Amino acid sequence: MRILVNGNEQQMTDHTNIAALLEMVGVNPEQVVTEHNGDIISPERYGAIHLNEGDTIELIQFVGGG
Amino acid sequence: MVPAQAVGNQRLDVNYILPDTPSEVLIFMNLLQIANRTFRSRLMVGTGKFSSHQAMLDAMEHSGCEIVTVALRRVDINNPQDSLLSHIDPKRYLLLPNTSGARTAEEAIRLARIARAAGCEPWVKLEVTPDPYYLLPDPIETLKATEVLVKEGFIVLPYMPADPVLAKRLEEAGAATVMPLGAPIGTNRGLLTRDLIAIIIEQAQIPVVVDAGLGAPSHAAEAMEMGADAVLVNTALADTPDPAAMARAFCKGVEAGREAYLAGLGPKRQQASASSPLTGFLRNES
Repeated sequence: MRILVNGNEQQMTDHTNIAALLEMVGVNPEQVVTEHNGDIISPERYGAIHLNEGDTIELIQFVGGG
Repeated sequence: MVPAQAVGNQRLDVNYILPDTPSEVLIFMNLLQIANRTFRSRLMVGTGKFSSHQAMLDAMEHSGCEIVTVALRRVDINNPQDSLLSHIDPKRYLLLPNTSGARTAEEAIRLARIARAAGCEPWVKLEVTPDPYYLLPDPIETLKATEVLVKEGFIVLPYMPADPVLAKRLEEAGAATVMPLGAPIGTNRGLLTRDLIAIIIEQAQIPVVVDAGLGAPSHAAEAMEMGADAVLVNTALADTPDPAAMARAFCKGVEAGREAYLAGLGPKRQQASASSPLTGFLRNES
């Protein structure tokens, strides 16, 4: 299935969750905030949120800024 | 916020301030109070555009700052990097997430909520800048976002045009400070808005933090001499050959300006006023 991660299409196997997605793209779950279809997901739910075809994921982190 | 009276220039080593310390005592201690927190430093530093994390950390260290701003962006999933937060000690610095990149109140509110979800204290430097060329803040969207975020329990520090009427509206909406711009972000042009900032300082009951456009320690000193409560700089440090040295210079500029303000500047005059006696000249008056 296809999901949109930070605006890029990603092919994922069916029946996957946010924790697996983070591992696949190599992102440390402790260093990002994740939005799933516009909702902020707390880290303890990463394993429980199952992804579906067409879902939108935003992975956001802190960078330098004024 | 104008102190009731000038006080001395000594810096007291205060490690812990009781939350209900009267404001008169804080003024005597020359501390900056924003919402429920007090700070010894009146210089805030942005973390953008430094050539390396080490250069940023050195500048922060030498500036003496206690508040640093950070931004939120998408992770580059093709090349994930460590979060900036893994380099900054949260016990030493209060992280002030900004909403840079937001073009509307809605986008800014979303960024503020993301920052809080990341575990930050609920402080936010609110920025809504729809114009990509001058990055000037949108007053209407900024006020709207302030109203929403204050209701959600955020401590809101809005970046704003140097408009005294807007400053009062933001204060009434519950902003913790106002942050009028001296000049457009990153321009290093100084206090182009000084006359309006003077009015904001005169009228504000909350701290006035001059943000954006300050490019030299003299600019920071001038803002502090006028009675600003604090200043925020980033480009002025990051975009120089030696950010740590410039951070030290800004620290001195801010302290000098603050002390001058507390001491009270002498009056300006049109005509000369001799400093030396006007009698006893070495000539015979005819």
